Amino acid sequence: MRLALDDADLAFRDELRDFFSSKIPADIRERARNEDLRYPDDLITAQRILNEAGLAVPNWPVEWGGKDWTPLQRQIWAEELRLASVPEPLAFNAGMVGPVIAQFGSQELKQRFLPPTANLDIWWCQGFSEPEAGSDLASLRTTAVRDGDHYVINGQKTWTTLGQFADWIFLLARTDPDAPKKQAGISFILAEMSTPGITVRPIKLIDGSYEVNEVWFEDVRVPADQLVGEENAGWSYAKFLLSNERSGIARVGTTKVWLTEVKERAAKTALGSGTLMDDPLFAARVAEVENELLALELTQLRVSGDEAGGKPNPASSILKLRGTQLQQAVTDLLVEVAGPDSLPFDAGPGVDSPTWAQHAAPRYLNFRKASIYGGSNEVQRTIISSTILGL
Amino acid sequence: MNFELSDEQQLLADTTREVLSAGYDTEKRNKVIDSDLGWSREVWGQLAEIGILGLGFDEDSGPTEVMVVMTEIGRRLAPEPVAAAALVPGAVIAAHGSAEQRALLDEVAAGERLLAFAHTEPGRRGSDELATRATEQGGGWTVSGHKNPVLAGDCADTLIVTAALPGGGAGMFLVDASGGGTAVTRHGYRTFDGLRGADVVLDGAAAEPLGAGGDAAEAIEAAVIRFQSALCSEAVGAMGESLRLTTDYLKTRKQFGVPLKTFQTLTQRAADMYVSLELARSMSYYLGVSVADGRFDHLVAARAKLQIGRSGKHIAEESIQLHGGIGVTAEYPIAHYAARLTAIEQTFGSSTDQLRYLVSQVGGYGTATL
Repeated sequence: MRLALDDADLAFRDELRDFFSSKIPADIRERARNEDLRYPDDLITAQRILNEAGLAVPNWPVEWGGKDWTPLQRQIWAEELRLASVPEPLAFNAGMVGPVIAQFGSQELKQRFLPPTANLDIWWCQGFSEPEAGSDLASLRTTAVRDGDHYVINGQKTWTTLGQFADWIFLLARTDPDAPKKQAGISFILAEMSTPGITVRPIKLIDGSYEVNEVWFEDVRVPADQLVGEENAGWSYAKFLLSNERSGIARVGTTKVWLTEVKERAAKTALGSGTLMDDPLFAARVAEVENELLALELTQLRVSGDEAGGKPNPASSILKLRGTQLQQAVTDLLVEVAGPDSLPFDAGPGVDSPTWAQHAAPRYLNFRKASIYGGSNEVQRTIISSTILGL
Repeated sequence: MNFELSDEQQLLADTTREVLSAGYDTEKRNKVIDSDLGWSREVWGQLAEIGILGLGFDEDSGPTEVMVVMTEIGRRLAPEPVAAAALVPGAVIAAHGSAEQRALLDEVAAGERLLAFAHTEPGRRGSDELATRATEQGGGWTVSGHKNPVLAGDCADTLIVTAALPGGGAGMFLVDASGGGTAVTRHGYRTFDGLRGADVVLDGAAAEPLGAGGDAAEAIEAAVIRFQSALCSEAVGAMGESLRLTTDYLKTRKQFGVPLKTFQTLTQRAADMYVSLELARSMSYYLGVSVADGRFDHLVAARAKLQIGRSGKHIAEESIQLHGGIGVTAEYPIAHYAARLTAIEQTFGSSTDQLRYLVSQVGGYGTATL
């Protein structure tokens, strides 16, 4: 048993650290740190720089631009990326549809989609959730009916994150309504967002942001060669995708960066004759969250270490569950630091409350999403209790 | 970086588990903890025989092996004072003792000599200063003061006593626990979790400086951290078994005509217990590996013990609640695990004590790193 990185891993880490801080423009990283990225440009710029250096999709097969890294090296890559506030390669491309096409797609689909997906020449969005199929995803009703060389798609998707920038959508649609199990009749299909019959409507969130959408499909004709893998086998591809998504959501490095911000700002926030950081009540909350974050980081290293052969470890549910709880705890702490300065919102010049403080509460409210998306935390508990505990 | 046990360490875990499983079920354990000694000489002999009581005393094994064994002790809830009377004070003597003192370790490993670490003092919480005083006269040393609780202090043959030195600093001394006359007065007792401890009053007890003598503040802190690490590993074993017993119970116990596991309000809580267990295991490894690397870092120990305290309390309380009434009985094992986890939290610094230390440090660095 050994916890320290060995010399090779240290060198690997330093090389990445150097690359991220010197090659990704500082203004982009600054905006990422403040959750103030310019969409879609900042993401595209960053991902293309990473891709050119072979660092955008290390989790893919080597022949498609992936790296033959150890799980630990992948972990180091992800953490260094977050610690340097580099915008992560678009999750829908790098973490979701890319690995699915690489694993289950035909050679033709791989050649057609993987290179532009890695380079963010194509911006993907995810068409999974529906108004009547959230946590119970397999209840989805969107249909795809084969008509000659095409599928005709009808239905509605929702919570489509960043769909307003998307060129393509990967979606789950029911191809066999008579299948004995609702999971059995679902297919995984790719569609261009400009196809006639697709409509996108924004959903405004409580923080005033626009990041999710509703997407309607009305007699949308999609070439049949845009089916991934086998017809009616989409559920197993979706499960593969969702377990990858789970491990990515913990974002320990990002939470660390935010916690550092909490500490820095609290140390500059006057409270009585000292600062907020001197207050034992507040400091205890910080110390406790920090400790929990460390415990999660160690657990993440343990879990990633034994994810052999692409088989997701059900313990990755711990990462999603706990990781999102800690993101929420830290956004809550920042609101506490902002205090009364959190009340004004986008108040413009002449208002003394700093911008970070004005954004603290909206971000806190926005991050209530984290325990809901990617399989709600209740779903993660169900995975743990059934798969790990055998209940 | 790796979190795997070597084949030898895995074998050690299996062997320890076998010996203890043969020795104990709840009924037998209840009998043993009700005896005067509170543990079994027979099991002690078996542990000595398979080499458990000498782990970490020489180059062949170290803190990682101690961690492995303590997890099994926790899992079986064995009442034998393996850490308190052998492994922890033994490691202190191995690290700091003179050649002659280290020779005692052969007897410890053979199960023939029991040690105890007499450090904690009444009324001195949150302070490193010791009220127990060491005095030198005529080329020899004596110690006087009050130590409580001293785990395994009731049965120990030799005490490692910490005491303030005349010229400042703190020293460690070996003291014959049987003393002479009124030099050592011991009041043994049973702790609420069925183990044993003693209140020890030293009155001019003859004392032999450990090793070269002199200020041993660092060595004392290291000894406490060793103890904390052993307790953390033991707690992880106890938590794991508590969760296993609880999930078994949810599968088999029927209410309203169906197994309890039918009720999601219970299974969701069991899932949270699993999360607590794994976080605790990670932090226990963190401390254990640090100790194995010879790093006795107060911050690392406080971090680990805080997590173990939080997880232990969560699992102890939920294990009982998910069992229902039977969870509070002495005949059924689950409450015994809760008792042990509660005791561990209060031994060598509670969660609040650890948090207080972390708070004193939290402004001193950016963000905690491994």
